[in-house]
Amino acid sequence: MSVALKLPPRDGVTFDLATDSLRSLNSTLAALAPETNQTAWQILNPRGQHAVAVGVTVPVAITIAGHVGYYCAGMNDGAAITIAGNAGPGVAENMMSGTVHVKGDASQAAGATAHGGMLIIDGNASARCGISMKGIDIIVQGSVGHMSAFMAQSGNLVILGDAGEALGDSLYEARIFVRGKVASLGADCEEKPMNEADRTILAALLDKAGIVADAGAFKLFGSARTLYHFHVDNAGAY
Amino acid sequence: MNDFSAPHIPGTPPRRSATFDEFAIAEIQRAAATGIYDIRGGGAKRKLPHFDDLLFLGASVSRYPLEGYRERCGTDVVLGTRFASKPIHLKIPITIAGMSFGALSGNAKEALGRGATEVGTSTTTGDGGMTPEERGHSQTLVYQYLPSRYGMNLTDLRRADAIEVVIGQGAKPGGGGMLLGQKISPRVAAMRNLPEGIDQRSACRHPDWTGPDDLEIKILELRELTNWEKPIYIKVGASRPYYDVALAIKAGADVVVLDGMQGGTAATQEVFIEHVGLPILAAIRPAVQALQDLGWHRKIQLIVSGGIRNGADVAKALALGADAVAIGTAALIALGDNAPEWEPEYQKLGTTAGAYDDWHEGRDPAGITTQDPVLAARLDPVKAGRRLANYLSVLTLEAQAIARACGKSHLHNLEPEDLVALTIEAAAMAQVPLAGTSWIPGKQATGF
Repeated sequence: MSVALKLPPRDGVTFDLATDSLRSLNSTLAALAPETNQTAWQILNPRGQHAVAVGVTVPVAITIAGHVGYYCAGMNDGAAITIAGNAGPGVAENMMSGTVHVKGDASQAAGATAHGGMLIIDGNASARCGISMKGIDIIVQGSVGHMSAFMAQSGNLVILGDAGEALGDSLYEARIFVRGKVASLGADCEEKPMNEADRTILAALLDKAGIVADAGAFKLFGSARTLYHFHVDNAGAY
Repeated sequence: MNDFSAPHIPGTPPRRSATFDEFAIAEIQRAAATGIYDIRGGGAKRKLPHFDDLLFLGASVSRYPLEGYRERCGTDVVLGTRFASKPIHLKIPITIAGMSFGALSGNAKEALGRGATEVGTSTTTGDGGMTPEERGHSQTLVYQYLPSRYGMNLTDLRRADAIEVVIGQGAKPGGGGMLLGQKISPRVAAMRNLPEGIDQRSACRHPDWTGPDDLEIKILELRELTNWEKPIYIKVGASRPYYDVALAIKAGADVVVLDGMQGGTAATQEVFIEHVGLPILAAIRPAVQALQDLGWHRKIQLIVSGGIRNGADVAKALALGADAVAIGTAALIALGDNAPEWEPEYQKLGTTAGAYDDWHEGRDPAGITTQDPVLAARLDPVKAGRRLANYLSVLTLEAQAIARACGKSHLHNLEPEDLVALTIEAAAMAQVPLAGTSWIPGKQATGF
């Protein structure tokens, strides 16, 4: 999808990766004290660099003006990071807390293994979105690719568009909400009846992400739990 | 006319097949009864070419030895000198391999940390994260970065002393894992973010990268996350060691860990353990060759593991070009695994001390490979840690005795020229001459 690269107001600290090094950026962010008053950061000219703004542990707002490569916002733990562009593989991988908002599309393994926080993707996400997720909430306004939520352990994956093949394969206790079509379900993933509590959870997630959508228009998918204890009759599912 | 009942005709004794031996027949019968493969812990049990097939030559007229009790033989090793700003310095080149809390009890992990710390070496986490006890009792702790990322978090990553990206292990190169529900206690479940008591599956590939080019970027991220301070290890199971080590170098490793098929696992299919991968003897020289070809030998450190039992094994691994070794199974035995004192209980489990390998079932009488609180309480972490420290000291003393006999003032001065092989196979694998000859299979004999 096309992305409008509108720069945020220049009222905070600005790093220009056309001239400043990635090492300088990440070490500066890592050195921030929890009580810092430098709470607004702009990163210009990321130009697809990898590992931009990784491992931030303080509640600052970071806006990245452009496209990023692999692992942007990796292991984020408290920051609110906005990517005004597309994100490469593993955006917000293993996030612990905070928010990451991708204004464009995201590549493979978005939110992989993440324990907490919220990842919002305005566009589409490629394959394995939410793979092995461990508590994160992921909201994808577009569609997701194949094997999304593979071995997802906990948390919520909300897909406003369609889901690719083998959704939720080998799922544990994560919830998957899908508004569009599902190409196919993976092993041990099944559609679940959606009750009022589920709709409340979904509505809260959409509200938190600032998205207006009817929670009643989604289907819920979860684990059939047939793979929780190895049994020879299920060998074909492995 | 024949009379087969006549007493003068010798009877034919029962003859067992070499192909369908006792174990093979029992396994067929077990498989037919259950419909499922056998799972066990440990490494390959079959006889394989190993360090026993090598001998040191020792010094004589053409070489002179060092005095055993007067002349120093150094044992220290520095790991992570390529990129890490804080490489780790160990007093001995024998480290403790990665084993998880979950596969092992908390007391066992604490004992490993205590024993390793006492002699100045490192221990390693496993698939399941870092426990406070483990960090607290391990002066130097390597944090494994595995496909499951169970328990992975930024705080622990930053308080580790090194990071080991696990691609594979010798017992199951290319395989994932499964920790059976019996061992998913409330604490293990909480650390891994899983429901209690279910079988926990571990993927065989990392979730967010594929191939060496991606791995290079993943390592960049890990370095950025940890301020370029910590050594980054890459661990591979021995299968294609030349190319795997070359690609690990290319991907940016500070240290390469190479694990042979005798290296243990917490739980894997018997057929996988015994039929996939290489014995460590066959893997070291190709790995060293890759390091040498790319100009990184002794600058990127090589740790080898899989069947290290005594100081001779340590010395032989180092002589073949490794910088250090890692031990897992031997460390558990030193703690008390398979100890004769538990023989009556091993018998109840249908096995015997020295053969127990159902580590995945969580019923370990020694309290090591279990999450059962009653069994786990049997292991005193202080005493077990002391036993491990004793054992590590013996390994070191034995390796030093051999090195001095070869005239070496440091274990790292041992070299292939100090070795010969007892078998043609070992000579070919280790690239050292067959004993009594100058012949290395595949190379022209040079004469004496």
